[in-house]
Amino acid sequence: MRAGIVVFPGTNRERDVAIALKQVTGQAPRMVFHHETDVAGLDLIVLPGGFSHGDYLRCGAMAARSPVMGAVRAFAAKGGHVLGICNGFQVLTEAGLLPGALLRNAALRFLSQDCKLRVERSDTPYACHYRKGEVFRAPMAHGDGNYFADDATLDRLEGEGLVAFRYEGHNPNGSAHAIAGIYSPNLRVLGLMPHPEDLVDPLMGGTDGLPLFEGMVEAIAP
Amino acid sequence: MTTGTNQPVDEYLARTFGVSADEYGKVLSIMGRTPSLTELGIFSVMWSEHCSYKSSRVWLKKLPTTAPWVVHGPGENAGVIDIGEGLVAVFKMESHNHPSFIEPYQGAATGVGGILRDVFTMGARPIANLNALRFGLPSDPRTRRVVDGVVRGIGGYGNCVGVPTVGGEVNFHAAYNGNPLVNAMTVGVAPKDRIFLSAAAGVGNPVIYVGSKTGRDGIHGATMASAEFGADSEEKRPTVQVGDPFTEKLLIEACLELMQTDAIVAIQDMGAAGLTSSSVEMAGKGGVGIELDLDQVPQRETAMTAYEMMLSESQERMLMVLRPDRQDVARAIFAKWELDFAVIGHLTDTGRIVVKHRGAVEADIPLDPLAEQAPFYHRPTAPTPSRTPLGPVSDPVGIGAALLRLLACPDLCSRAWVWNQYDSTIGGQTIRRPGGADAAVVRIEDHDLALAMTTDCTPRYCQADPAEGGKQAVAEAWRNLCAVGARPLAITDNMNFGNPEKPEIMGQFAAAIEGMAEACRALDFPVVSGNVSLYNETEGTGILPTPAIGGVGVIEHAAQTVGIAVPAGAALVAIGRDGGWLGQSLWLREIAGREEGPPPPVDLLAERLAGEFVRGQIAAGRVRACHDVSDGGLLIAVAEMMLASGVGATLLPPPDGAAPHGFWFGEDQSRYVLAVADADATMKAAKAAHVPARLIGHAGGSGLTLDGAEPISVATLREAHERFFPDWMRS
Repeated sequence: MRAGIVVFPGTNRERDVAIALKQVTGQAPRMVFHHETDVAGLDLIVLPGGFSHGDYLRCGAMAARSPVMGAVRAFAAKGGHVLGICNGFQVLTEAGLLPGALLRNAALRFLSQDCKLRVERSDTPYACHYRKGEVFRAPMAHGDGNYFADDATLDRLEGEGLVAFRYEGHNPNGSAHAIAGIYSPNLRVLGLMPHPEDLVDPLMGGTDGLPLFEGMVEAIAP
Repeated sequence: MTTGTNQPVDEYLARTFGVSADEYGKVLSIMGRTPSLTELGIFSVMWSEHCSYKSSRVWLKKLPTTAPWVVHGPGENAGVIDIGEGLVAVFKMESHNHPSFIEPYQGAATGVGGILRDVFTMGARPIANLNALRFGLPSDPRTRRVVDGVVRGIGGYGNCVGVPTVGGEVNFHAAYNGNPLVNAMTVGVAPKDRIFLSAAAGVGNPVIYVGSKTGRDGIHGATMASAEFGADSEEKRPTVQVGDPFTEKLLIEACLELMQTDAIVAIQDMGAAGLTSSSVEMAGKGGVGIELDLDQVPQRETAMTAYEMMLSESQERMLMVLRPDRQDVARAIFAKWELDFAVIGHLTDTGRIVVKHRGAVEADIPLDPLAEQAPFYHRPTAPTPSRTPLGPVSDPVGIGAALLRLLACPDLCSRAWVWNQYDSTIGGQTIRRPGGADAAVVRIEDHDLALAMTTDCTPRYCQADPAEGGKQAVAEAWRNLCAVGARPLAITDNMNFGNPEKPEIMGQFAAAIEGMAEACRALDFPVVSGNVSLYNETEGTGILPTPAIGGVGVIEHAAQTVGIAVPAGAALVAIGRDGGWLGQSLWLREIAGREEGPPPPVDLLAERLAGEFVRGQIAAGRVRACHDVSDGGLLIAVAEMMLASGVGATLLPPPDGAAPHGFWFGEDQSRYVLAVADADATMKAAKAAHVPARLIGHAGGSGLTLDGAEPISVATLREAHERFFPDWMRS
């Protein structure tokens, strides 16, 4: 699988994702700078975490209008796999590739702690190495992860089974329906707030995030 | 020559700039004429306490700064030590105390930004941030706002810039009511053969300005209260700068990318005193002259004067000397990262700094005398009177009740509320997060090496006996590194004290340095960088003397490190002599309501033996968890180990004749608690190493059982431990 990682000015978790991807694919992913427009040859595009453009406007709003996002949109429209983590999830909602928005955490504070995620379905390219209903641990580190959408959108997400992961037990940021991650209707675009890429090595406290990357590589491999 | 203002330059104006009459006399003799306003500004910041270390230099020289693994000691932007595998660790701690009281968020945020620049300036990618924070009493109405703002500021900057904040310490004491301490530390890693220094070289080489534009923020932050200016002057702007971590992140990436090339001759960040100190220090160290054309400086405000530009402390700016033939390569990299890049001058052979603006020479100062004739004071010192030994103290509440009260007190309670606002996992290399071990442990990407890092100081010990306190601060940093299995290598020190013109304060400073130096020598733990913050006083009351120590050690095999979480079934072995010292202990303060007695002395030989023993046991794989015994004593250490894992423990009674409260809460030094599978083997090994050891109990169950008393559940301990911060912030 050939993966590309988009780097906006202010992106800061691109190396974390690169490490996780390299661990499962054996090859270093391509770093795609924000003003590039050619993503040919990629099987997966990751929008990693960070503070794109400082997030001085709404989180992800400026990044969503970068030149590279035209290419990402076209890639997704053709059925390409796109994974947005944290700021990447925010960019995906700002770009209209996923519905809803990420508001300030309910406690109005940045929260960096482990959370527990429940796998809502496992028949997707990203969750196929988890079991449905399985609960795994992932670090979270964000100030704006409070998922919000109008009732109709939430009903649709629930009705069509597009909720990817839900916070188990404590809902740390006030997200609607405890949503931590959602899919596009074709299940190929995933946005989630926590960072499975930071839990792929026993030395760092666990490998709970590894199945996401292993499953992805298996499902997406051309 | 124009001054850009109508103010006459004279002894009076000099005094408002913080330049004494004697010092102004020196300025006149160096210049041979009345200086311009810009020149006086340059002298005043270069000769400020902050930049010249004029009161502290004489004492700082007493600190040991060398070891075979020290690559660069004090004098560079940060200290550099060899950590093996062709790599160096680059680190330093610096204070941002005063700004953090005025504007807690920005004060703390820019403190983090400044120390990050000191480290990546040298070519190192920052891999971890730490901090050392002291606040006033929680009951003081100002404290909550300061704590909230400082924590948000540290998080706001570090989280955005993408460097994990992995460790730190937080204390409360009335002495910090009007003067909190915010000390920020950054640790970076670089290839040993790619270290960048600040000494300019090559007459004719271009001087380049990169980063944020210059504004009027922070003018004279290093020297003076702006209130002494005229009422209508622009200089009344706040002296607290505003941080922009986004630009800092771009600056890190652009600088590190440029450092892959051979374009850079010298580089330094614009920290305190901005363009003045960076240009003067770079040229001075290189023995060359420098000419600046301020018309080329990127500016974000109109009609700035030379004086304002030279003294601005706008953040996220760097000054570089480049090879002329590589200028285009550099310009392209900064264009890619959308940062300003401007040639603002060149190096000369005149040995002078010449500043031009709008066709006029605004400053022309010989560099050698500016550095060599900088004031240097051997201020009078008065010794700190020794404390009367504490007599016998009876236990008014019992062990279990004292434990719960201590665990809940602001100085010992859980800091989860604080560190949960700091991104500690970014980078994917954090092996031990805050609260998980005595020192933070971060692996170096693509290597088996890890660095262990800690910040330590016990100001109440320093207040009671500055020499013993200085010794203890260094020893505790060393101990915390040993407790995770690291080989301690070097420290950075952040000396926070009151007004040095008071002999008793200078006496504290001198004694603390002596104690630190003794510990550094005994433990082979040299000082490689540091910062001095004096005049930490409000309304004539000084802070507790606070020589904060940042320690760094190396772990050769990252997997060989342990945390504090005790596993079920482990035996608990206390390493070191039995406790009993209650002078200056938290038990004495919190339970008996007394802040008395001398602090516990540190036996440096015992310290070294115990630390080396513990490290050896960890490396041999015989230790499942380890925690040093510090604030609160032995029982607090055991309780913290239990809280980290949720596993209970049953403890043996204290030895015959020992007062239980002294045994459990005494703060005797050089001690650890090890959780081991085979207690006999550990006891035997300790005996062979001439290190005292005592089996104190076994881990298991869900509560703490003490000498036949009713068990206290881990849940009860946790409730006590975790209550304070959330309740306080909600109240």
